[in-house]
Amino acid sequence: MLIKCPWCGDRALQEFSYQGDATVQRPAEPAEPTDAKWDDEWYQFVYLRDDPKGWHDELWQHNLGCRKHFKARRNTVTHEIADTGPMNEELKGGDK
Amino acid sequence: MKKYSVFSLARNALDYHENWTEAWRSPEPKPEYDVIIVGGGGHGLATAYYLAKEHGITNVAVIEKGWLGGGNVARNTTIVRSNYQLEGNAFFYEKGMDLWRDLSQDLNYNVMFSPRGVINLAHNDAQVDAFQRRGNTMRLNGIDAEWMTVDQIKKKAPLLNTENMRYPVYGGLCQPKGGTARHDAVAWGYARAADDRGVDMIQNCEVTGMRIENGKILGVETTKGFIGAKKVGVAVAGHSSQVFQMAGMRLPIETHLLQAMVSEPVKPALDTVITSGAAHCYISQSDKGELVFGGDIDFYNSYAQRGNYPIIEHVVTAMCELFPAFSRLRLMRTWGGVMDMSMDGTPIIDKTPIDSLYINAGWCYGGFKATPASGWCFAHTIAQDQPHDLSSEMRLNRFETGHTLDEKGVGSTPNMH
Repeated sequence: MLIKCPWCGDRALQEFSYQGDATVQRPAEPAEPTDAKWDDEWYQFVYLRDDPKGWHDELWQHNLGCRKHFKARRNTVTHEIADTGPMNEELKGGDK
Repeated sequence: MKKYSVFSLARNALDYHENWTEAWRSPEPKPEYDVIIVGGGGHGLATAYYLAKEHGITNVAVIEKGWLGGGNVARNTTIVRSNYQLEGNAFFYEKGMDLWRDLSQDLNYNVMFSPRGVINLAHNDAQVDAFQRRGNTMRLNGIDAEWMTVDQIKKKAPLLNTENMRYPVYGGLCQPKGGTARHDAVAWGYARAADDRGVDMIQNCEVTGMRIENGKILGVETTKGFIGAKKVGVAVAGHSSQVFQMAGMRLPIETHLLQAMVSEPVKPALDTVITSGAAHCYISQSDKGELVFGGDIDFYNSYAQRGNYPIIEHVVTAMCELFPAFSRLRLMRTWGGVMDMSMDGTPIIDKTPIDSLYINAGWCYGGFKATPASGWCFAHTIAQDQPHDLSSEMRLNRFETGHTLDEKGVGSTPNMH
């Protein structure tokens, strides 16, 4: 599997480490920290995943290269990668 | 069911083995069942068998999208053990060991359970401490464990390299009653024995939806039409997230892929199971003579039943370091399977928020050894509508309440368990 680092270009899989689902969002701090809703948001953030069969937005780190983190849209059935990009940019492509 | 025995073998030899009956029927689905088990793998088939045998519920169907035993029960490395530390795990897996010992007789099917011992190698002082502690915990729990010195290990596995390597072997923790079993036979044996008690095996029938009204499940939509059920148990490890999505549930599970491989067959060279967590390799020899080995998962989410070459190279490198003699062997096959990696590395056997819908999931890559215990506890959970004592800590809501069972203590990183 070749992965395109947004800064270094196509590199072999061995240079990268997988960092998980890119779609989960750290909950915003509420006005009242004992809010039960906040507990639920943290539970969902830490533990629950969509785990899609198909296109998946995920985080990778080029840890044997530039060491930067980036986002990738990869198909979990074919392993095809539609797009990679910096953390602050939207991914394109795939059937998503 | 015609009983398999040495006499039936001799009798069938007289007519050239042309009159063996099929091991199980292939009926069309009935309109409704008392219990539907989704997933005809080891766990689903074992559940159906124990529902019929232990709980007298025989109006049961096992629905399988492919063929029986075509998923992970056919793809694992056949290792059976119960070397767990946490009490929520230990007694559950030890129940499995009890069932394994009599399984061939119970099912009238030779599952070739071979308690040849499972040895975890330690490669540094910290591992020695951790393994001895694990061994002590196991013994306090009444589970067999034995610390082995390098000399003792060398005697058991003469071809093992212990010195001429980057991280020499310091010793190992052995579970003498662990071993291997013939994986396909486990699925076939459970299927045949369940069929004999009246369970319907519905193959090539994929569940496409769940009919849920007022918070209660009424049945499943399938490629062979709607099938009604008073209760539905789902045991589809690898695809649990997908199936429970049909019920509107998100699970604390990611699907990852694990590869395994076999060498060409050779004469008996290794009569135990050697595992090295540090080198990422576990290896045993099948009765056909192939060396069966595997290592880490591929680390990224995947539903593909095939992996990438770097992991194969990594596992083979580790195997050759442990057993230099095996470096001359050719690799015969490699394959992959997909598995539920749960958020704490421990499975889930429980009821769900939906009435009469039950979950059996999150087996990470330890599902095979648990097949009998999983079926035993899941059948109880379905029949009694409450968890079995042995799986009472394997609850679905343990992540929400903070009662995770994290054997390795690595937290919610599914690919690290």
